[in-house]
Amino acid sequence: MIGAMACVVRRDLALALRRKGDAANTLVFFVIVVSLFPLGVGPERALLQSMAPGILWVAALLSALLSLARLFEPDYADGTLEQMALSVEPLTVLMIGKILAHWLLTGVPLTLLAPVLALQFDLHADAIAVLCAGLLIGTAALSFVGAVGAALTLGLRGGGVLSALLVLPLFIPVLIFGSGAVVAVESGLDATAHLQLLAAFLLVSVVIAPWAAASAVRLALD
Amino acid sequence: MKVELSALTTSPQVKQVNNAASERIHWFWFASPQTFYPLAGRMVPWFVWLAVLLCIAGTYVGFFIAPTDAQQGDAYRIIFLHVPAAWMSMFLYVVMAFWAGVGLVFNTRLSSMLATAIAPTGAIFTFLALWTGSLWGKPTWGTWWVWDARLTSELILLFLYFGFMALQAAIDDPRRADRAGAILALVGVINVPIIYFSVVWWNTLHQGASISMKSAPTMAMTMLLGMLLMALAFWMYSLATILSRVRSIILEREWHTQWCKEEIRRAS
Repeated sequence: MIGAMACVVRRDLALALRRKGDAANTLVFFVIVVSLFPLGVGPERALLQSMAPGILWVAALLSALLSLARLFEPDYADGTLEQMALSVEPLTVLMIGKILAHWLLTGVPLTLLAPVLALQFDLHADAIAVLCAGLLIGTAALSFVGAVGAALTLGLRGGGVLSALLVLPLFIPVLIFGSGAVVAVESGLDATAHLQLLAAFLLVSVVIAPWAAASAVRLALD
Repeated sequence: MKVELSALTTSPQVKQVNNAASERIHWFWFASPQTFYPLAGRMVPWFVWLAVLLCIAGTYVGFFIAPTDAQQGDAYRIIFLHVPAAWMSMFLYVVMAFWAGVGLVFNTRLSSMLATAIAPTGAIFTFLALWTGSLWGKPTWGTWWVWDARLTSELILLFLYFGFMALQAAIDDPRRADRAGAILALVGVINVPIIYFSVVWWNTLHQGASISMKSAPTMAMTMLLGMLLMALAFWMYSLATILSRVRSIILEREWHTQWCKEEIRRAS
């Protein structure tokens, strides 16, 4: 089972590396959204510093959302998903593999890019460390929860907007705890509780989301 | 028919099995759209009348018997609409998820139809709770909207209802729509408490307890009575609308069956 999961991860990573543009576009989108905010609210340093956690997290949320379209859609179009559903390995496990690959392709690069953007907003080193820790956990949760929305809207007209409508309300706890952690550090408090809650949310979604995504994929293939 | 058969058989074991079978048939008798349709039709007028009577009673208690609030004056009287609507909005989401889950597990069409029928009523109550909340907020807090934990989580609940309805509307095949909606509703119902507590915490973190309904003075008995009457009225209204909506959904989906054709012919 673990072998099959690792195989799916390797396959998705190999496919993404052959078309580097797709993964890179998500990161470029992240940078652009973040740099739109100073243009919108003005270059005042104190204001931007206090808004930075929220801005970075909302941008990460939107980038994760945009990349969801690539999670199942190509495999659905060329029939790979159907073969996965037919395979002897449980579809839930293969889903975990696909979600992990999605996280490695979007969540991890976002986390690596975030410190540079955080410096533009003049965040402290402690806050940046907590931001990265939060993003690393939080983007994984976003990938898991988002997979449910992506699977439910597979092959539907207007799937992209619809999956945003389904998934964004479910993303709210991640946003609250993620940016809350950074705000806590900025105001001199301990961020451990926020990060632990974020991890708890991730664990709950690891339990539920693969099952829900697998059922939704089977539904789309019927 | 079943009773006759079991009376004819001599073996007590067979008798027992038949009895069990006939009991099971009774239990699931109304799970079929064909038998539920007339039952719902008979129940709707009762719930409508109960809703009207309870609404009149609740409004009377709310406007004429309940005392004027010392701090908020008469503005507080919107509570008789606001609080029951908020109760119903949350309760109906759980009921919707329950029936959607039953439909997913037992593959019963009627349960899924019920879930589909509940969603618009739930969304209306959520909207009503938000609307009356902001009408109440203007005279008491001086603003239409505050990012209070309750208001925010109610707004998110409205988004969840919209998501459910949008997903079902986007899928043409009704059985796929049922199952997809069920998966979403189940994931949503697990998330509702998480969202609620995260929003409460977010609120205390950012705002401090500036405005809280918990600090309101203890309620007079008549106020509570008015609220309970209105809650019951909303309950009856929900039952009436949901049952008549489920009747329409049954006709819409089962129109090709003989009994539906007869029903439609009789009605037109």
